[in-house]
Amino acid sequence: MTPWYLLPEIGQLALILALLVASLQALLPLLGAQRGIAPLMAVARPAAFLQLALVALAFAILSHGFVAQDFSLRYVAGNSNSLLPVVYRYTAVWGAHEGSLLLWALILALWTAAVAQFSRSLPMPVVARVLGVMGVVAVGFLAFLIFTSNPFERLLPAAAEGRDLNPLLQDPGMIIHPPMLYLGYVGFSVPFAFAIASLLEGRIDAQWLRWTRPWTNVAWGFLTLGIALGSWWAYYELGWGGWWFWDPVENASFMPWLAGAALLHSQAATEKRGSFGGWTLLLAIAAFSLSLLGTFLVRSGVLTSVHAFAADPTRGLFVLVFLGIVIGGSLLLYALRAPDADANAKPFAAASRETLLLLNNLLLTTACAMVLLGTLYPLLADALQLGKISVGPPYFALMFLLLMAPLVALLPFGPLTRWQREDLASPLRMLAPWAGLAAIAGIAAFLLAPQGQWKTAIGILGACWVGFGTLRFLWSRLQMHGARLTREMLGMTLAHLGIAVFLVGALLVEGLNQQRELAVKPGQTVELGRHAFRFDGVAETRGPNYIADKGTVQVLRDGRIETTLHPEKRRYAAGGQVMTESGIAPGWLGDAYVALGEPLGGGSWALRVHIKPFVRWIWAGALLMALGGFVTATDRRFRSSRKESA
Amino acid sequence: MNPTRKRRLWQVAAVAAAAAIATTLIAMALQRNVAYLYTPNEVLSGKAGANVSSGQARFRLGGMVAAGSFKRAPGSMEAHFAVDDGDATLPVVYTGILPDLFREKQAVVATGRMRGGVFVAENVLAKHDETYMPKEVADKMGIAHRKHDVQAPAAEGAN
Repeated sequence: MTPWYLLPEIGQLALILALLVASLQALLPLLGAQRGIAPLMAVARPAAFLQLALVALAFAILSHGFVAQDFSLRYVAGNSNSLLPVVYRYTAVWGAHEGSLLLWALILALWTAAVAQFSRSLPMPVVARVLGVMGVVAVGFLAFLIFTSNPFERLLPAAAEGRDLNPLLQDPGMIIHPPMLYLGYVGFSVPFAFAIASLLEGRIDAQWLRWTRPWTNVAWGFLTLGIALGSWWAYYELGWGGWWFWDPVENASFMPWLAGAALLHSQAATEKRGSFGGWTLLLAIAAFSLSLLGTFLVRSGVLTSVHAFAADPTRGLFVLVFLGIVIGGSLLLYALRAPDADANAKPFAAASRETLLLLNNLLLTTACAMVLLGTLYPLLADALQLGKISVGPPYFALMFLLLMAPLVALLPFGPLTRWQREDLASPLRMLAPWAGLAAIAGIAAFLLAPQGQWKTAIGILGACWVGFGTLRFLWSRLQMHGARLTREMLGMTLAHLGIAVFLVGALLVEGLNQQRELAVKPGQTVELGRHAFRFDGVAETRGPNYIADKGTVQVLRDGRIETTLHPEKRRYAAGGQVMTESGIAPGWLGDAYVALGEPLGGGSWALRVHIKPFVRWIWAGALLMALGGFVTATDRRFRSSRKESA
Repeated sequence: MNPTRKRRLWQVAAVAAAAAIATTLIAMALQRNVAYLYTPNEVLSGKAGANVSSGQARFRLGGMVAAGSFKRAPGSMEAHFAVDDGDATLPVVYTGILPDLFREKQAVVATGRMRGGVFVAENVLAKHDETYMPKEVADKMGIAHRKHDVQAPAAEGAN
């Protein structure tokens, strides 16, 4: 028996120590800040770094268990296999419940350490409180890990072979999707901790708020990337050609995104004008609470979802209790302390930028509430014995369109209006020609679209309006004498242009998508619009841990061969699970998409072919939005020291 | 009334009106888009209601794919199978590609309508996890199984 054998026990020990350190980090600095005891407050920073070191050690040991194929660990044996390629052994660490929670804890420790490192400009009591609140969250998650979902649990005697990683997760998109998503979820713990610290302090300081803004922007950027990756992965991996299903698990990640988007805007208003102080705190609490709720929904298995994984109800109960404590506690604190937070707000006129930001927040939070209601309604109905129901995607799609239409219509006005003062004439004058141009483009799209006229027209109209309006702002800003374009403005411009690009993708693919599902024999051709797909049969190939039926499909456009696609049907050796691997010819103007169904006997196969116009624009738009968040965070104003801003 | 109070009153009124409209719209849209889950027994015994058995209401059918029931004519996209809940069996027809995890003796949830004694499915739900059984199906199957004193199918197992 080599000493290496004991590594998992060291990992276990590291987790327990991390829990202790997190407890200290939660208790001492909060107490110190309340009583004004400097040595207790000083515990916060070292504790944050130590916690990161311990959780990182545990994570590294679990990764080692996967790479070295230690099947004496129950978690490794359940989610890995000797045939699993090495890359996927690393990513299998977060392929199931225990490991993904450990990743959650690691990312929380990373954010905490980053806050400890980059908070030198803040007064010590604020730092102590922020790190203390993050410590409380860490205690909850580490206790959850250790007591209900221990990744280092032994399997004795050791399994001879592992059960394999769920084949759906053996994919490059899956490598980065969860870390990005968690960076977003957990990143919202920073504005949350700041909000709690402000409530404890009893006031909102513009300088601290300025300090939190880049964190919110970065977290929101990562969440945007995570959601976009998930959508892209579902598009090519599930074989249905859809990019968003309004599935409970997707909704779970979308709700904090909407709350986060609202938070970005209200934080800007509060920092610059002192308005909506209490509301900003409430949104910060909401964004993180919704992140926790998302974790609960995904990890408890209470909802029927295409993403649902087998899960344990007792774990759900633990998260639910934790959720109750965090949300209930912070709302109670808000109710007790918030009323005096709005004291220094300046009044504003009806057509000022404040009003537009208020509308933005109202629409985004209503959309968030709408998604929350649709997602939780089945749970509610079940609890009230109203039957087992599910809420269909048409509900979400219709409501979302209704709520986002005014948001899109008002968006270009936002940057062009003034703070506080009423001045509609100037933005109206600037935007009128572009509104006309957007309307003409929309009408042209309506007349030219071969199908789905309304969706196409609305998509083009909305995209042109937002795009032109945003560029008009950029132009007027660049023309202004002596004014410079700050990173904050650049970030905003990028994110708003991202919305325009996204609108093109989302609405045009809905309107112009063409799809056929049919039985084909080798040599047969399927016509779809200007494209034709020639099915050239199926051959068997071997992968590292699967056997595949690999189809060959020639894509012809106007009679010429454009490309050859190889959709696959893979059967994984370990579990015998069958997976569809679609063949996609990507393009900026549209994708040709082929998925192989099952053999139908007599040499024919079921085949699903799609033409997906502008589908890439969906993810390109999301990338621009995320980039906007990151660029905004680099604005020099946020890095100004205490002296400069005073 | 001073201007600040007046402004605040307007703001509150606007928010309340917007919230009321939003709630009404949401409730209406929600009512129109919910689909109930029923087992074959509930459909056949009429417990699910006349709208379901007559084919008027769109609903979700949950249960197990009956052993030996899956049939597909060679070269055809039309699949026939039966869904079983331990008490009753309902024939299902579905035209299209079935999800990868579709198999006999596995849990299935299909959305569609009744048409002349046959359930015509518009879509058949896939699962990411082969050992997973939707909680709502497990609950309903559990009721059927308790009645017959059979061990309920495990709703859990991957971890």
